[in-house]
Amino acid sequence: MNLSISLTVNGVRRDIEIEDPRVTLLDLLRERLHLTGTKKGCDRGQCGACTVLLDGRRINSCLALAISHDGADVLTIEGVARGDQLHPLQAAFITHDGFQCGFCTPGQIMSALGLIREGQAGDDPERVREGMSGNLCRCGAYSGITEAVLEVQKSLVETNQRRSA
Amino acid sequence: MKTFDYIRPASIAEAVAAAAEPGANYLAGGTNLLDLMKGGIARPNRLVDVSRLPGLDRIERLPDGGVRIGALVRNADLAHDPDFAHCYPAIAEALLSGASAQLRNAATVGGNLLQRTRCGYFYDVASACNKREPGAGCDARDGENRLHAVLGWSEACIATHPSDFCVPLVALDAVVEIEGRTGRREVAVEALHCLPGDTPARESALEPGDLIVALRLPGEGSAFSAHQRYLKVRERTSYAFAIVSAAAALRIEQGTIREARLALGGVAAKPWRARAAEQMLQGARPTLDAYRRAAEAALAGAKPSGDNQFKIELAQRIVARALMLAAAGTPARVAALPASPFSTLTGTLIDA
Repeated sequence: MNLSISLTVNGVRRDIEIEDPRVTLLDLLRERLHLTGTKKGCDRGQCGACTVLLDGRRINSCLALAISHDGADVLTIEGVARGDQLHPLQAAFITHDGFQCGFCTPGQIMSALGLIREGQAGDDPERVREGMSGNLCRCGAYSGITEAVLEVQKSLVETNQRRSA
Repeated sequence: MKTFDYIRPASIAEAVAAAAEPGANYLAGGTNLLDLMKGGIARPNRLVDVSRLPGLDRIERLPDGGVRIGALVRNADLAHDPDFAHCYPAIAEALLSGASAQLRNAATVGGNLLQRTRCGYFYDVASACNKREPGAGCDARDGENRLHAVLGWSEACIATHPSDFCVPLVALDAVVEIEGRTGRREVAVEALHCLPGDTPARESALEPGDLIVALRLPGEGSAFSAHQRYLKVRERTSYAFAIVSAAAALRIEQGTIREARLALGGVAAKPWRARAAEQMLQGARPTLDAYRRAAEAALAGAKPSGDNQFKIELAQRIVARALMLAAAGTPARVAALPASPFSTLTGTLIDA
């Protein structure tokens, strides 16, 4: 069975032939498009290492069949920085030691991007922790991760206040 | 994962025809099905992808004050719909207490109703499981079973239904609209899931090809919106299935409970409506004593299926506490840790 799909990945349209409907979005990103920033941890939707934004919303790419998302817009960790200029979340993860081994970090950052877009957590640390619970960190960098997300949330709130003032 | 044919029908009628074939499965969000397929527990020959069927992604207000939710509405979208969350706050809270944000963004209303049990022996294809393979036996009976059923179980199966969402749905008389080979029909969510009996492989009232197209909540359900809660005990604060949970909704007038709705999760193969307890509460004063008596009634007939005697008392306590919190009034905003009896912030232990 030959199946053809098109995706917009990090702003670039990609037309892809897939030979097998079993290919997940995660495997397509890593094996076909060689975007290996998105990590395969559990491959069962439990660890969050494979988190990407699909049409602007965070999902586990290991539990998405690529064929089912023909036409979708995908943002991966490779599309987050602007050239050499880190996204504020990336910079905040460094400032706050939001990682140790770094394996979960792409998923953490994509999840945090999704969390901020959803706009439900605000600057409440408990809501940030709850909102990030789908991303496991075996090094236990959770406190740094929470601080990084809160810092970016706070600067966004301040930027918005300046804009509306 | 076993290979399969992939079909994306353009209409509901096409979908029903394609899925009526033996070995066919519907695919929507895929959050449960793909996991089961990767583990070899589900082995469909054909996936009928309904995720793009038109018209099934809307939340509509009905003339009777109720609401109709398309089967493809995402869990997160329903939970964060301001009008829905205002009318049915316990349902929104239950949705937000389930899974992770990523999964809630992908999982659909229809799929959540049909999610499979999380019994470890069902998931382990090397174990005997009557649900997965009728007649094979049940390794859970003599296995790790402290989280298994205490109500409605049989010798053939002691698995529980894992959904949070379904618990307040059952309490508030939700109905599913089903499109099948013989047309459209309606089934109460309470009658959708089956108890195991001798046929635990039969999990729902659905026939081959049946597609849940919508979920409906009757208008009178919103009469409980001022006093309803969902409370869930799990083994970690977030992103875990319920050990036990309870949805409680009360209509209180002049210091008296006029009407009560109560259902439990994590205790049986289906969300468990506790009608006898509801009747005891009707006309009662909202006191802890009344809640405790109702909780005892809700668990009447419960018996351990293994090392889970503790779940009976735990469920009683959660029922009493859910009733207490419902009587205290629905909070203006869902708690930071939805449905949790705990908080990670010091000094705010009773978060729920």
